[in-house]
Amino acid sequence: MGTIIEGVREAVYLITGLDPEILNIISVSLRVTGTALIFAILIGMPLGTFLGMVNFPGKKLFTALLYTGMGFPPVVIGLFVFIFFSASGPFGFLNWLFTPNAIIVAQTIIAFPLVAGFVMTAVMGIDRNLLRQMESLGASRLQLLWTTIKEARLGSVVAVVAGFGAIISEVGAVMLVGGNIRGRTRVLTTAIVLETRQGRFGLAIALGIILLTIAFILNIIMINLQEKEID
Amino acid sequence: MKPVYTIANLRKKYQNKEVLNIDNMQLYQGEIFGLMGPSGAGKSTLLRLLDFLEEPTAGVIEFKGERFGNGREPELKQKRKITTVFQRSALLRTSLWNNVVYPLKLRGEEINGEKKEEIEKLLEQMGLTEFKDQRADKLSGGETQRAALARALVFEPEVLLLDEPTSNLDPTNIGIIEEMIKQYIKKENKMILVVTHNIFQARRLADRVGLLHQGQLVETGEKKSFFNSPEQELTAKFLSGELVH
Repeated sequence: MGTIIEGVREAVYLITGLDPEILNIISVSLRVTGTALIFAILIGMPLGTFLGMVNFPGKKLFTALLYTGMGFPPVVIGLFVFIFFSASGPFGFLNWLFTPNAIIVAQTIIAFPLVAGFVMTAVMGIDRNLLRQMESLGASRLQLLWTTIKEARLGSVVAVVAGFGAIISEVGAVMLVGGNIRGRTRVLTTAIVLETRQGRFGLAIALGIILLTIAFILNIIMINLQEKEID
Repeated sequence: MKPVYTIANLRKKYQNKEVLNIDNMQLYQGEIFGLMGPSGAGKSTLLRLLDFLEEPTAGVIEFKGERFGNGREPELKQKRKITTVFQRSALLRTSLWNNVVYPLKLRGEEINGEKKEEIEKLLEQMGLTEFKDQRADKLSGGETQRAALARALVFEPEVLLLDEPTSNLDPTNIGIIEEMIKQYIKKENKMILVVTHNIFQARRLADRVGLLHQGQLVETGEKKSFFNSPEQELTAKFLSGELVH
């Protein structure tokens, strides 16, 4: 108990004192996760919208694969990204292993099925009659797609938040492909693991508080958006 | 009168079940055509084909002199001359105003001073002014249906297809909608097809009337002759309420 109290005290000191190491870890985390999230949105949203709107042979299989992707163990994704980007792997020539780029790739692969899956469900929930009506009012295919995304915006917000939550809190894949290099690939989760192992509980707790705060802020934003939609 | 649509040997099948089989039919500019028939007669299917939302299984739809069917579809520019107000109107999850201006935005039209005034006048005529900033999903059934009609009228389509536009509405809402339909045809000289179950509504609105039964066009004719001296026995049965299916 004493360790925790001592740790919290140190955490408050580090956070309020704007410790440069902490700031660097936050900055790397947000940059890497933010970039991965953008890629996940760029892939996941059109994919989810397409799957929600269009019927085609093999859709069931594709959907099952997507659902599997939503629950795929991140560490296994990390393993494959590691193999693909290692010196002997097909993308070894890029020299991305143990760089933020490798983390972005891994996090994108983790997040995009989540984004696509949630968006697909939201799109499937839209009244088919509405889409037919939009088409009848003169919407082109692209305009129809955009209208659909806008109509499914609540589900899309949930998709983005779920994707972000999954990758900002992920540790296994990031540790594997990023290597937890100080100042370069050390993110909130990997730093917590390292500091805990080294017995620097204050720093670990401080990072934990920050991680929780980020998640909390995101949830507040989501709840506000939901309320705005329902009112 | 100039034909807007000329239909020839039009067939529509769903999973090998034929739901529509019309040998020929013409719809003219400046008329309100009342399409009647029992449930499941194929009325809504015909509307979807006329709006080019679905392709016919066989046959030709000639629209404003251009022949479509057999894999040939009109371009977006042509399709944008036609619109349908469906029986169960669906509005976007946004304000009534945004719903009404939606077709204009699709066409890249500016909603500036004069246009804005026109839209406001339209909303006023339809008794929707007080709801214009209200979210569409908070509107009543009658308000929703009026909003759907306003959204269709706002871009002045050349063809307006109405699928039972007043079913389940109270007399006040029916009155407003019917008045708007009459005004539109008078002012714009376009073509309107109204699907209705209501014989009285067809009498009030239509210039010509047609009966569809089990996918086939039984009879079409001027309103007066259709109602007073129908040529076909099926029509007479339908009008007397004896034709259920």
